[in-house]
Amino acid sequence: MEASALKLRPRPQITAHEVERPIRGWLDWATTVDHKKIAIMYLVASFVFFLVGGAEALLMRLQLGAPNNTFLDPQTYNELLTLHGTTMVFLFVVPMMAGFGNYFVPLMIGARDMAFPRMNALSLWLFLAGGIVFYASLVFSPPEAGWTSYAPLSDNAYLPNSGIDAWIFLIHLTGISSLLGAINFYATIANMRAPGMGWGRLPLFCWTILTFSVLLILALPTIAAAVTLLLTDRHFGTHFYDAGQGGSPLLWQHLFWFFGHPEVYIMILPGFGIVSEVLPVFARKPIFGYKAIASATVGIGFLSLLVWAHHMFATPTGTAVLIFFMLSSMLIGIPTGIKVFNWIATLWRGTLELRTALYFACGFIAFFTLGGVTGIILAIFPIDWQLTDTYFVVAHFHYVLVAGAVNAIFAGLYYWFPKMTGRYLSESLGKLSFWLTFVGFNATFLIQHSLGLSGMPRRVYEYADVGDWGTWNLISTCGSFILGLGVLVTAYNVVRSVKVGALAGPDPWRANTLEWFTTSPPAANNFDVVPRVRSVEPMKDIRRSIEERTGLPEEISETPAPPAVPA
Amino acid sequence: MQPALAPSRAFRRSLLLVLAALAVSLVAAGPAFADALTPESGGSPNADSIDGLYKIVLAISVVVLFGVEGVLLYSMIRFRKRKGMVAAQIHGNTRLEIGWTAGAGVIVVVLTIITFIKLGAISNPAPTGANGLVPVAGGALVASVGQAPPEGGKGLTVEVNGQQYIWRYTYPGGIFSYEEMVVPTDTTVILKIRSQDVAHSWWIPELGGKFDAIPGYTNDSWFKIPADKAGTVFRGQCAELCGQGHANMYARVRAVTPDQYRVWTTCQKQLIKQAQQATIPPNRAKPSPLPPQACASSVKN
Repeated sequence: MEASALKLRPRPQITAHEVERPIRGWLDWATTVDHKKIAIMYLVASFVFFLVGGAEALLMRLQLGAPNNTFLDPQTYNELLTLHGTTMVFLFVVPMMAGFGNYFVPLMIGARDMAFPRMNALSLWLFLAGGIVFYASLVFSPPEAGWTSYAPLSDNAYLPNSGIDAWIFLIHLTGISSLLGAINFYATIANMRAPGMGWGRLPLFCWTILTFSVLLILALPTIAAAVTLLLTDRHFGTHFYDAGQGGSPLLWQHLFWFFGHPEVYIMILPGFGIVSEVLPVFARKPIFGYKAIASATVGIGFLSLLVWAHHMFATPTGTAVLIFFMLSSMLIGIPTGIKVFNWIATLWRGTLELRTALYFACGFIAFFTLGGVTGIILAIFPIDWQLTDTYFVVAHFHYVLVAGAVNAIFAGLYYWFPKMTGRYLSESLGKLSFWLTFVGFNATFLIQHSLGLSGMPRRVYEYADVGDWGTWNLISTCGSFILGLGVLVTAYNVVRSVKVGALAGPDPWRANTLEWFTTSPPAANNFDVVPRVRSVEPMKDIRRSIEERTGLPEEISETPAPPAVPA
Repeated sequence: MQPALAPSRAFRRSLLLVLAALAVSLVAAGPAFADALTPESGGSPNADSIDGLYKIVLAISVVVLFGVEGVLLYSMIRFRKRKGMVAAQIHGNTRLEIGWTAGAGVIVVVLTIITFIKLGAISNPAPTGANGLVPVAGGALVASVGQAPPEGGKGLTVEVNGQQYIWRYTYPGGIFSYEEMVVPTDTTVILKIRSQDVAHSWWIPELGGKFDAIPGYTNDSWFKIPADKAGTVFRGQCAELCGQGHANMYARVRAVTPDQYRVWTTCQKQLIKQAQQATIPPNRAKPSPLPPQACASSVKN
């Protein structure tokens, strides 16, 4: 036996005076600087916030299920819409993407941790503090000015209670958290790549996290300044946004959207990255046009800084400015279109293994395309004059963010869960979840385009019984509950599979990137050996060289072993 | 080509059938759901132009959308893993990629050109028609600031003022009303949109796009209701979250003939005077003081 052989060999003597006992239990989680544990906490916390934000949405849909409904009063409704929007943007999508990034960026580039592990832990705890501060407002008075908190409604002349202040602190805390996280991602990707991994071999998910980080670094200071001005307006007698004293409410809108539009891409770009990783693995084909997708990512990031005023087409603004922002917004459709075409070309002539992760990835492409097309319609400012601030816009950005980002997140979850836990998620529950969210999502949001076109503004707590509004809203409400059920099925799947899921080996999908080179779940130091990277698909190279050495025919090796217990 | 790769004839036929059925149902559903697929219009030429522009853009969008979704669906069905299939190890195709980049670019250019062609009719106020309101001596009704005046200089300027949670309209000669705006048909109505507290958004869907009312700023818009719409009331509501009463901040525009409009202004002037003499300031809690019976009958036909 090898073990006994090892024992016989003489070993150098090391005198240990004191061995630190490993910290276990909750204290380990509270003090950890391991990027994987931090990432798990990010993912779990933001998923909890997702469920809370979803529950808020369902309450609003209940109120809107019938005309002149009295289930909620206007104040509660406005609080719910503010909580929902803020939660989904700042406490769900961005930290969820940061969680995936935290777990997989170091693994994908062959690093042993993030560049600044302690700062990484600080990012996590600041994010959680932001969420707690914000939700603490539930016990006094939650904010009610929407996630955009437009001045002067958000000024203390109109909303004197401290809900808006809780919102401001959330922006600051999650903002600093994201800023530190972004610097960390940038430093990690720029400096800690495996030998041989040039920029042209960086996994596409890492490209998107890199762009996500740069956008955060560029956009967050603006919102930090904007909410600080709002805070001084509210409490220290300044008048930055007070037109009566020479301030400008439009200044708020410009500052907010200068952050707010890059934020949209901050939320969706990592989703693009996840899809770009999932598609080639399950199509058993290389990604089509790696360079085009990587450069489209950077191009979208750049253009996203130049389109903010398309949220403000209805404000008093000169025609030349309107035209500029229309053109820049339409231009962003080109790199986005390139991505969609490249993804479909990746599927083309592949051999698709229709696993849940691929279902969600394809669902992402299908819905994101619809959201993108309505985005182009909205970019044309005379049309936007009719559609902005209506349910058409609500439908548009939910297609992009729920069908887009959420589908990508679920694709990532089903793809990477075996790596994070060593176990598969149940495929049958996964597909059930996909079809429920698919039906529920479209039932909820497709009809909202028509609601907006027929004149229903967003953010109204009640509406009169005119035309088909009652029926259409009822359809939307029914759909939202199906969607909610679909999400719960995945939540149940996660809770169940952590304990009883079928065991997955280190590389269950026969994937392409380095995170599959290590064990599932990876050890604290990630890798004992970091291989030299020779292409965009290092794992494929490694498998090929093993096949060459062991002489296994490629035919057999191309068929991945099914999970032992397909639940 | 390997035999396994070729789709069976039955599959091709069923795909064709599905596509045909989809096309037929779309064509049939088009007129039935026209209202559900396009913005409101019919009250003013700018709303009609927006509707026209939207329909062209929608047609292009539908072609692009169905094209992309069709190819996606086709690949998902056609290339699912079957025995003996081998995935083509393609890394890209520069010519193809340049092709679809250019294609996307062409669509953007086409959309821009169409928008520019339609823009004039949407932004620039149309001239008041022959049956419209004739300006009183010296052209007191003419707009002069900001937005280009309507051709021929004829028109009626109304100041729209958003307040939590009601709209106030000020007409030439100091006449005002709340919630319901009364305007003459076939006359270009120039709107000067302002707010006195928080941001609101003026929107009557059938009369054109929405324009934000922002404190410290004046936003311009216009509409011109055709002569045959006299007696119609166009409805809308505030479109920017302005507080707890946002959902109930309604706006109405009542179109009347120019003659009826003149009678209404006289009545409204009298009413305001009476109210002021009675030292009851027309406060905002009492929207649109009802004109006396005689006046009411002159307006409501």
